[in-house]
Amino acid sequence: MRYAARWIGVALCAFAGATLIAPPTVAQGTSGTATPQKSSTQKTGSTASPSESLTAAAANPNNWAIPTLDYANTRYSHLNQINSSNASRLQVAWTFSTGVLRGHEGQPLVIGNVMYLVTPFPNNVFALDLNNNERILWQYTPTQNPDVIPVMCCDTVNRGVAYGDGKIILHQADNTVVALDAQTGKEAWKTALASYKEGATGTEAPLVIGNKVIVGVSGGEYGVQGFLAALDINDGKVLWKAFSEGPDDQILFDANTTSLGKPVGADSSVKTWKGDQWKIGGGDTWGWYSYDPKLNLLYYGSGNPSTWNPNQRPGDNKWSMTIFARNPDTGVAKWVYQMTPHDQWDYDGVNEMILADLPVNGQTVPTLVHFDRNGFAYVLNRANGELIAAHKFDPAVNWASGIDMNKSSPNYGRPEVDDKYAPGSRGVNVNYTGICPAALGSKDEQPAAYDPVTHLFYVPTNHVCMDYEPYPVAYSAGQPYVGATLSMFPGPGGYMGRFIAMDPVTGKTTWEINDQFSDWGGALATAGNVVFYGTLKGYLRAVDAKTGKVLYEFKTPSGIIGNVMTYMHDGKQYVAVLSGVGGWAGIGLAAGLTDPHAGLGAVGGYAALKNYTTLGGQLTVFALPGS
Amino acid sequence: MKGDWRVVFVALALSMAGSIASFADAPGDPQPVNQTGGLWTAKDGSPTYRISKDGTVDWGTFIGFLRYNDTCMRCHGPDGDGSSYAPALAKSLKAIDYSQFIADVAAGIKSVNTAQQLVMPALGDDKNVMCFISEIYSYLRARSTDALGRGRPEKHDPSPAGFDDASYKCLGIPQ
Repeated sequence: MRYAARWIGVALCAFAGATLIAPPTVAQGTSGTATPQKSSTQKTGSTASPSESLTAAAANPNNWAIPTLDYANTRYSHLNQINSSNASRLQVAWTFSTGVLRGHEGQPLVIGNVMYLVTPFPNNVFALDLNNNERILWQYTPTQNPDVIPVMCCDTVNRGVAYGDGKIILHQADNTVVALDAQTGKEAWKTALASYKEGATGTEAPLVIGNKVIVGVSGGEYGVQGFLAALDINDGKVLWKAFSEGPDDQILFDANTTSLGKPVGADSSVKTWKGDQWKIGGGDTWGWYSYDPKLNLLYYGSGNPSTWNPNQRPGDNKWSMTIFARNPDTGVAKWVYQMTPHDQWDYDGVNEMILADLPVNGQTVPTLVHFDRNGFAYVLNRANGELIAAHKFDPAVNWASGIDMNKSSPNYGRPEVDDKYAPGSRGVNVNYTGICPAALGSKDEQPAAYDPVTHLFYVPTNHVCMDYEPYPVAYSAGQPYVGATLSMFPGPGGYMGRFIAMDPVTGKTTWEINDQFSDWGGALATAGNVVFYGTLKGYLRAVDAKTGKVLYEFKTPSGIIGNVMTYMHDGKQYVAVLSGVGGWAGIGLAAGLTDPHAGLGAVGGYAALKNYTTLGGQLTVFALPGS
Repeated sequence: MKGDWRVVFVALALSMAGSIASFADAPGDPQPVNQTGGLWTAKDGSPTYRISKDGTVDWGTFIGFLRYNDTCMRCHGPDGDGSSYAPALAKSLKAIDYSQFIADVAAGIKSVNTAQQLVMPALGDDKNVMCFISEIYSYLRARSTDALGRGRPEKHDPSPAGFDDASYKCLGIPQ
C-alpha cells in the first residue's frame, strides 16, 4: 500500500463535536490556564486575551491574527529579530504533528500565547498554549460524512481558521461554517452553507470584517454556482449572499456597478451565458479575501466557469474569472473586472488581491495587485477599478500576447488571445499543444508577499505548460463536470518552480530562484530583509529579500504546500510552516510528468515528486538559537 | 462505445459485486480477438487494447486515455500512475478483472478509519464515466501490461462512423 498507516495520537470523537484533551482547569499561574493572562514574569510577547477585538489583535506585530496576516494580504511582518545577517543560524525550535495526512495548505494563527491551526479533512482544530510547551488547550474534531472527500477536486485541503469576536471560525470541507469559543473550543454556532451532494465543498480561510464572517465556496469542477456570503459573527446567520453569475439581484450588482470605469448595465452576467447555463456556471470563490477599511471595500476573485469544455458554454461567462470589489455591509459590487473572458484554460481568478499603495508615474496610488493563474500580474486602482498595468510574470506565458491597455479600443482590458493556444478555437476533440501556463497557472492559490519598503512582490510560481483537449460532457449534480484532458510538462528550461521578486508596475523581475518542482507554498516577507517560502521537496527556505541569496534551508518531513508565517512569543521571533504534500501538486506531480513532445523512444520523463517525499502532516517552527 | 448490451453487462457486474471475493480474479489473456465499431474484446469478452507494431493505438484505448483524464486523473494521477493519495490503477489492474473494475467504479470504495480517510466515489450514475467505462478499462489494461507507455498515445486509429453520435446519445446532451 502506498499509504503509511498511522495511529492518530488522539482518537477522533465519533459523535460529539468537540473533544477536550483535558478539562480546562481554572488553575491560576503558569500551568493549566485556558485563559492567557499576564503572569508574574513580564513577558515581552503579547498578552492579548482571545476575547479582544480582531483589530487590536491584528495591529500587534507579535500576532498573526488574520490568515493573510493583515487585511491587505501583504504577508509582510514587521518583526525583524530574524534578519539577513543571522538567518543562516536558524534552527528548529519545536514541532507538532497534526495527526492527519494529505495536503496541508494554509497557516496557523497566533494570538497572544495561543496558536490555532486546522488540519486537512477531517478539519481538526487545535489550540496550543505557547506558554506551556505547546500543550493542547483544546481540540475540536468535527464529524463530517466522508462522502465529501471525493467531491474535493484538488485534495482535502483547508487554508486556515479565522479569528474574531473571541471566536475561532472554521469553514469545513462539507461547507459547515462553525464558530468555536477561542478559549474553550466549544461550538458557539454552526451554519450549513451548501451541500456536497451538489458538488460544493469548503476549503478557503474565512475573513472576519467587523461583525461579519466572509466565506466562499468551492466546486468549479462540479458546476457549482459560486457565491460569496457574509455571516453574522454572533449567530452565524447569513446576512447576504452574492453569486458570481446570474441575474442582477443574485449577483448583487446595481446601476452604479462599473467595470474599467463604465457601468456594466443591467443583466451583465446572464446575457453572457447561453440559456440558463449560469445556474451551473462555476465562478467559485475558494481563494483569499482582502479588505480596505478606509474605502470599506472587500476584494476577491472568482474561479473558472463550468465546464472545461469551452464550446459547451458560449459567451464571456461573466462574472467568472473576475476581480470583485464589494461593500461588505451590503454585498453590493462597486466595481468588477473580468480577466479571462470565455475561459479556455481553467485560469481561475481566485488568487490573493494584495492591497498596496504603490508609486505609479511619480504618484502614490492605492492599488490592488493580483498575480493571476493566467500569468499576468494585474495592477488596478482599488478605489475605482481602473486598470494600471498587466505584465506577464513568467516570460513563457503564450496564450495571450498581452492585455489590451488602449482605453479607446473595443477590446480594452481583454487579453489578446493567440488562437493557436486557445482550446476549442478549432473545435472539440482537437489537442491544443504547448500552452503556457498549464491549467494550474503561473501561480495557483499559494500566496505572494509584498514588501512595502522595497515595493517588491515575492511570488511562488509554477513554470509548467500543457496540452489541452476539450470534449463534451454531461452535467449531473454532485458529479464532476470537467470535459478536458490535460497533459502537463515543465516549461522552457525544464524546471517547474520559479520563485521571483518582481515589480508589477514596471513588469521587471529583480531576481529569481528556479526549482525542479513547482513552488507551491506561500511566501512570507519580513522587516528583517528575509523572505521565506517552502518547496515541494519539503525545504523551508530563507532568502535575502534584496539579492535572492539563499540564507538557510531545512528539509521538513514532507513537501510544503502551506504558507510560512511568523510570530513573537516571550521575546523571541518564530517562523512556522505546515508540511504535508498534496494539493494539485501532489496529484499531478507525484508520478512525474512526461514530455508529450519528446517523440517516440524518448527515455523517461521528468523527475517524480514521489522520489523525494511522501505524505506527512507536521508544523515545523524555527527560531534563532539561544534564549 | 457499445450499445445497449453494455447496460446488461453493468447490471450483471453490479449484481455480482456483492458476491465477489476480496481477491478478485486477475484479468485473463488481453490478446484482442474481436472488434465492434472500433472497440476490441479479448477471448473472454472483456474490453482490451490493440496496439500495432508502430505504436498505433486502437480508437477505444485512445478514448479511454482521454476520458480517464476527465474524471479519474484528478485523484489517480496522470497515466494511471497514482497520486499522493490514490492508487496507481496501472498497477491495480494487474490484479482485478473487468467485472471487478466496473463494480469498484460504479459502487465506489471506502477505507475510513482512524488512520486514513480514503474514499473512491460511486460513479455508477456518472454518464461521463459509464458511457466510456470499457474504453477506460482498455486504456488502463494497456498501461497495466506495459503495452502502452506514459503520456498521450501519439498515433491512434480514426474515430469509427457513428461513435460521436453514440457518445452524445449516451451522455444525453445535444450535439
